[in-house]
Amino acid sequence: MTWAFELREGLRVSWGALRANKMRSTLTTLGIVIGVVTVTLMATAIEGLNQAFLKSISSIGSDVVYIEKFAWFGDEEWWKVRNRRDILLEDARQLARLAVSSLAVSPVADTFRSVRYNNRSASGVQIVGCGSEMETVGNLTLTAGRFLFPEEVDGARPVCVLGADLAANFFPHEPAIGRKIRIQESAYEVVGVVAKLGSFLGVFNMDNRVMVPITRFISDISRWPNVTIAVKVRNLDQIGDAVEELRGVMRRIRRLPPDRPDDFAVNQQDAFIKMFNRLSTTIASVGLFITGLSLFVGGIGIMNIMFVSVAERTKEIGLRKALGARRRTILIQFLMEAASLCLFGGVLGLVLAFPLSLLMSHWLPSSMSWIIVTMSLTIALLTGLVAGFMPAYRAARLSPVEAMRNE
Amino acid sequence: MIRLCKLVKNYQVGSETIHALREVDLEIARGEYVAVMGPSGSGKSTLMNLLGCLDTPTSGVFELNGLNVGEMDDNQLADVRNKEVGFVFQTFNLLARSNALHNVELPLIYAGISAEERREKALSALNQVGLADRVHHKPNELSGGQRQRVAIARALVNNPSLILADEPTGNLDSKTGEEIMEVFEDLYQKGNTLIVVTHEEDIARHARRIIRIRDGRIAADEQRVDSSHRARIGVQTAGSHSESA
Repeated sequence: MTWAFELREGLRVSWGALRANKMRSTLTTLGIVIGVVTVTLMATAIEGLNQAFLKSISSIGSDVVYIEKFAWFGDEEWWKVRNRRDILLEDARQLARLAVSSLAVSPVADTFRSVRYNNRSASGVQIVGCGSEMETVGNLTLTAGRFLFPEEVDGARPVCVLGADLAANFFPHEPAIGRKIRIQESAYEVVGVVAKLGSFLGVFNMDNRVMVPITRFISDISRWPNVTIAVKVRNLDQIGDAVEELRGVMRRIRRLPPDRPDDFAVNQQDAFIKMFNRLSTTIASVGLFITGLSLFVGGIGIMNIMFVSVAERTKEIGLRKALGARRRTILIQFLMEAASLCLFGGVLGLVLAFPLSLLMSHWLPSSMSWIIVTMSLTIALLTGLVAGFMPAYRAARLSPVEAMRNE
Repeated sequence: MIRLCKLVKNYQVGSETIHALREVDLEIARGEYVAVMGPSGSGKSTLMNLLGCLDTPTSGVFELNGLNVGEMDDNQLADVRNKEVGFVFQTFNLLARSNALHNVELPLIYAGISAEERREKALSALNQVGLADRVHHKPNELSGGQRQRVAIARALVNNPSLILADEPTGNLDSKTGEEIMEVFEDLYQKGNTLIVVTHEEDIARHARRIIRIRDGRIAADEQRVDSSHRARIGVQTAGSHSESA
């Protein structure tokens, strides 16, 4: 007998057996259905989480390097780094002059203050002091007006650019350009509105901000800010070289002797992604392990019912063997039965999981991918084959004489 | 066609060894109609299992059509059973969920025969046992005699060289039993080799040769006068079936 022939006949026999025990088959497969639903949803959720993170992290910019006092995810002991000198505005100016591999350099500093316009006010608004280069560095698009001019930054002019949400709040029916808002007691003229940026990591709203010249920021809002120097590199492929160059330049600016370690940090988006990957791998493995347990329980159910099925049909197996069925034929017949049960459960599970994943996409930018679908079905099928093997093997090895004597 | 030489079969039950067959010598030629008789525990079921290639002997030689069955593995035995032996059981052993046609097709499936050919052969076998009008009935919709006819059709559908019947009338009333024996008589007339295991004299009397087994040995082997006109075969059993006990 050819394999195709044998598989077809095995499928026919096993389907007949499953149909003969509809209730039992349905209940058994329920375990697999639940297992597949949980595993699929968990995988979808994890993937959604990853996508949400990557989308939000892209606001940092993959080609932007941040020179700061501290590393984002430093392993350095706190007492070693706490006495580092602040980074000054002057450092940023020198860096912009000296770093040749950079496309644009902008100092950045921020704080949170209340902002008012006429009788409207908003508290906890992020006030960002930056240079005119920030438009390039932050890859900002403006929906109205223009960004800060270099002259305005040099002259510490009281002008500002609004984030999308703040502009929509303060000026719902009128153009924002030319209006004056108040940060603390000083008035700032609105010169531009930035397009919507969304939120950072789902918690921090980047559109509820006001951007002002950093010079003005220092003289007016926060006297000794901790300045970050944001540098957009010219070539993303050579970001490693660029980082090295920036380190060298920074050391020169800060006059560090060769035997002293850096007293600043060069941060990249990379660090965030690495950190997140470590975290998400842990979450994914724990989550999939726990949900995998439910699939495992379902598999035990299948194995159990297959043992029952073999015991119940011992006489039939004996007869089939007497009529010329080989071991392989019996093995295939029962494996097919277990595999069909599981595959059916897998398909049913996916059908149930699909609307649930759509529901989930309200909170996470997730969708059931083909990889997840294929993975679920493969796991379901493997569960069936593994769970069915023991009972099927036992059935295949039965002696026809003994088996037929069984009542 | 069948040759047994010093055939021994022992069973191990706990620490005790049961000698089911003790050095049995036997020859059966093609076209013979043999009844195997004996009380329960005499070893006739064991002999039947060995002849049907359902089991292998402990020692000795069992040749079927020149093939040494004793040395075959599980899969080879399955093939021999499929091609050379047709079984008729006391309890019919039909698949309850399948109709008569599918039950008869079963050995053909294991022979790897295509669906159309299977159907054709199964229909012709059912026709032979007079059940052409019950093809789509399930076993529970058939009478005992009809069920046994389905089983007989299944036994002969693959053109085996040997048809083995184990108490074929044991679950039937005597009238139906007679009808079944008529079917066997018909098969014999068509040249099939038949071995019927029974403990009823009435049934055994249909056969042309009766082998009596007692305590694992052949106690008697009587050739009955063949009243039928079977000169065409020229049964060649003479000489070989003297008593071996």
